[in-house]
Formats: sequence, structure tokens, C-alpha cells
Amino acid sequence: MAQTPLIDVTDLRKYFPIRKGLLRRTVGNVHAVDGVTFSINAGETLGLVGESGCGKSTVGRVVLRLIEPTSGDIKVTGRSIVNLGRDEMRPLRRQMQIVFQDPFSSLNPRMRAGDIVGEPLKVHGVGDPKDREARVAALFARVGLRAAQMRSFPHQFSGGQRQRVSIARALALDPGFIVADEPVSALDVSIQAQVINLLMDLQREMNLSYLFISHNLAVVEHISHRVAVMYLGRIVEYADKKTLFASPQHPYTEALLAAVPLPDPTLKRTKHRVDGDVPSPIKPPPGCHFHPRCRYAEARCKVEAPVLKTIAPGHEVACHLR
Amino acid sequence: MAPVLEVSGLSTVFHTRRGLVRAVQDVSFSVNAGETLAIVGESGCGKTITALSLMRLIPMPPGEITSGSVKLDGQDLLKVDEATMRTLRGSKIAMIFQEPMTALNPLLTVGKQIAEMVMLHDKASSQVARKRAVEMLHHVRIPEPERRAREYPHQMSGGMRQRAMIAMALACRPKVLVADEPTTALDVTIQAQILDLIGDLQSEFGTAVVLITHDLGVVAETAQRVVVMYAGRKVEEAPVGEIFARPMHPYLRGLLNSIPHVNSARGVEVDEPVRLQEISGIVPALNDLPPGCAFSPRCSMSEERCTRERPPFELKADDHYAACWRA
Repeated sequence: MAQTPLIDVTDLRKYFPIRKGLLRRTVGNVHAVDGVTFSINAGETLGLVGESGCGKSTVGRVVLRLIEPTSGDIKVTGRSIVNLGRDEMRPLRRQMQIVFQDPFSSLNPRMRAGDIVGEPLKVHGVGDPKDREARVAALFARVGLRAAQMRSFPHQFSGGQRQRVSIARALALDPGFIVADEPVSALDVSIQAQVINLLMDLQREMNLSYLFISHNLAVVEHISHRVAVMYLGRIVEYADKKTLFASPQHPYTEALLAAVPLPDPTLKRTKHRVDGDVPSPIKPPPGCHFHPRCRYAEARCKVEAPVLKTIAPGHEVACHLR
Repeated sequence: MAPVLEVSGLSTVFHTRRGLVRAVQDVSFSVNAGETLAIVGESGCGKTITALSLMRLIPMPPGEITSGSVKLDGQDLLKVDEATMRTLRGSKIAMIFQEPMTALNPLLTVGKQIAEMVMLHDKASSQVARKRAVEMLHHVRIPEPERRAREYPHQMSGGMRQRAMIAMALACRPKVLVADEPTTALDVTIQAQILDLIGDLQSEFGTAVVLITHDLGVVAETAQRVVVMYAGRKVEEAPVGEIFARPMHPYLRGLLNSIPHVNSARGVEVDEPVRLQEISGIVPALNDLPPGCAFSPRCSMSEERCTRERPPFELKADDHYAACWRA
């Protein structure tokens, strides 16, 4: 098991400055990502779950350097990419792609679907126009679209089909790693299943790695091999899927799981609700970020931030009480 | 017990340039006091238009309610004039929406918006109304209600705004609350809080709730009775236990099989990922419905008759209705 992970992220931070006044002086920082460490092996899916504003999408973008990190390291097959220049990044970008949540705003409405999918090939100078068209046609077939649809515009597709176009575009350059940022959240349930199945089939065939970002725990459980739970910019629990869902150790993970409504009316759920809202990442609470909402919180949780510690092989939790 | 709300044969259409869009066709249901009826379906199935039709909030033209009745305590809401309807909205039947930010007035404080309702319907003085607004905010468990009443919607979080909207909707103790995807825009921990809140207030006030949702988990947790819609029509209706234990319509069965479950929470061992069952194809356009059963082009059980003749919505088992030739 001494393989180099495909993606290796260490102590990643991203602070967005808040500027105010005439001189745009920095008056504070949004701690969007506050020291996140994880790795993803080839052919593996890491699920990243958390509620809105926890920084999960920022992690996805920083890993691809679509947003520059404030600090921390990102290694792709063992090579650090944070200090690479534009030209050095370019060949790496072919290996790393992203699929966004909203298939309406992530496709150019004035381009034909075939051109959208073919654009990465053009940008990276792959083949001649004829080759590219053949390649696009193959991609269309692969994601379950008809070749005739290459001539259509995004508005002529349904939501699920649009997401297939996005996936085809992400696959165009044969990447090894795809960040999937809430790829099924905007879709109806019956369509959701189609897209999840497609992503899983593609993974098997092409040995793809995914960073699968979602707020939907059921979807994350279904598609992931390992799962990281984020709360206010930090990972609070990190484990393989089975462990995390069967025996969640962090009180936040426990609360999240308890809050998911289950499609089975015969189950009487325990009403362990968390109160309150997610605090602002501008002024996160001191100590453990979750302590104001935690039903187990002790004095120590209010002052000292817990670090991720391994409580069992492959199971890390950031909680003083574990 | 006579139902508080009785909808029968409701049909709503839209006259568009691309032809007649039959958004809701022949939908009937009834809700008792203190009970929750869930209307489930995917986007475009007509569930929101059904809700808006109950409230008579369909823009006419292009919309038109072509038939049916909506009886609230025996009074047909589709027959009363607009002025009467205005007095009924809010006092007898109220609605909450998916996105509280667009449903609340950004220029008025939250307290003022709730007070306005009370002044209008209960003819209360502004002082009394103001007190009621604070009371209601307290009721929906907003901390520091006096201070919050002086705040504007943008100063609140999404969950808090949804609470404020519920406070406004329930301020005049309506008999029926129509909730259109009230938790869809919220995070799961906040969703759980809001669903609990609606349930608690419902049992306290005896409000009948019509819950519009696409989330079968939310349905299982809150509803007593369930109506499943597809392409503008009811395809199945039964008590909640029946719906999940013995789904009849292939569409509902497909839906139930297509959702991934949080397995550990139901005590099931997590095995290697299995493929989810897909429902192939997409929802048909409402201005171009296939003849026969609207689900037939996507249905794995479809036979010749399904593509020709529309199945009647009929009793299939004890208190369990479905519209399917094969069920």
C-alpha cells in the first residue's frame, strides 16, 4: 500500500480578505478553508460533505488552483503544484477537471454542445478538427448523448442531459482526477440516479479519481470510498465510508446523520437535533468551531481547538471527547 | 370528521404561444384538521401549480383554472370574488414558499411584515399587532424576538427567514397551511429544525398542512397521506405507510428505488456500491403529452394498451388508489 496518492493535500488554507473603506484596507478574513489535509488515490472517490458555507467548494477550487491557496501544499502524483507557473501548470490542467453544480450557468448558452465539449481539445491543441470531431462524438456516445445532439445549444437539453455535456467536457482530455462539485444537486431524483451511475461507470472504466463535493449524505455514502466531513473550514472527521456512516465519532457527523430524513415511515427517529445556525466563518467561535451547537461540549471545547487525531486505523476525528 | 380542505377535479391550464399547457389535470384530495397531506413529484409535475391554484395565485391570463372546486370549510374558493379571496388568504389559508428571501419584502422589517397581516385580517391596532408579531417570532423559536422583529430579512440566515415566514403565515391561525418545498433551500440540520417546528405548531393550532415536496424522506417523516403526481395528474394516493410499503405505480416504485439511502442509519450493512435503479428518459413536456399513460414511454412495464388508453385513477386496495393498467 505504499503507492503515491494521486492527490495529496497538506494543511491547505484559503482566507478571503474583507476590505472596507476608501483605501480598501483589510479589516478581517473569511476563513473559508482553515488547514485541510487529505489524499486521494487513483481510482478512488473522496466524498467531501458539509453544510453551505463550510468551505467545501472552495477546497475543490483551490485543489485545482482555480483559486490560489493562502498556504499549504498540493501534490499531484508526488509533485507539488502550488508554486508552478502558468506554463508549468498547463499540462497538469489536462489531468485535473471539474464538473459544476449548475448545468445552466456552467455551459456557454451561445455555443453548440459539440463545441463546448471540443473546446478543451482545441485549447490544448489536440489533433486536427477532424480528429477532434470524432473524439467529441465518442465522448457524446460515452456519456449517453446522441451524436446528433452535438449541434444543439445548451437550452435544448434537459438538466440531466446538460450535466452529461459537462461531464463529457471534463472527460475530453482524459483526466485522472475530477472535482465534482454538487454535480447532482440541481437534478430531479430519477435523473440524479442516471448521473450517479454514469460517474461510477466512468470511474471503473477509466480509473478516475473523484473529489465528490456534496451536502447530500445519502449520495456521498453511495458514491464514495472515503468521506471527509467539513465544518467551518476544517475537516472534523475523516474515515472510510463504512466506518463513518456506521459509527460516526464527531458530534457534528452524528447530528448531520440524524438530521437526514429517511424515506421510511416505519422508522422512528431519535430527535437529537442540533440547535442554531452555522456561525459566520468571518468570526468563527474560539476553540472547537462546533461547540456552540454541540450537546456534549465541555469547558475545554470553548478554548482549545481540537486537532484531527487517529482513533482507529484510517479513522480521524477532531474532537476532545474522543 | 369533515375535511377542512376538499379539492375536487381541479384543472389548471396555461395558454402559451406553444399551445395549451395542461399543468394540472383533474386533481382531487382532501385534508383533515391537524393532518399533513404531501404532494410529491419531480419538477414540472404540477405540484406547485396545484398549490398556487388553491391560493388562487395563478396569473390569469395566461393561466386559467378550467374546472374543479376548492372547498375550505365548505366554501368554494374558486367561486368567491377577488376581494373576498383577499380576506381569506392569510386568515383562513396561508402559504409558505421555498425561498424566503424572495417571499419576504426586503424593505420592511420582519416584525412589521407580520404585524401588517394581523392588522389587516384581525383589525388589530398597530400596537397589538406589533406584540403579536413578537409573540409569533417567539413561537417559531427565534431567539431574542424583540430585537429580531426590528431586523430586515437580509440580516437573517436562511433558516431564520424561513421561521419568520412561518410566523407570518401562522399569525392569523389559518386553518390550512400550504407549504411549497419549505425546506428545499435549507441545510439538513436546519431542515430538521424547520420540519419539527411545522409539526409542533400544527399540533398546537390544529392546522391542516398541504406539503409540496420532491423529497421522499421529508414525506416519510411528516405526512399522514400522500399524493404522487406525474405530468400534471395524480398517479397514486394512499396513507404514508402504504405508499412506502406497497408502492403500486411503476413511477413511484422507480422513484423509491432510484434514491440512495443512508444505510447505516437504518441499520443496514454497507456493501460495495450497487447501481441505482434509473428511470430512463425524461419527464414529457406538458404541451405535448403522449396519448395513453403519460409515464408509458419511460415505463419498463408498459404494454400496448398503456400507450393507447389513459388508465383511470381507481381504488386498487384498501384506501390505496393508483392510475395504472398493470398495478
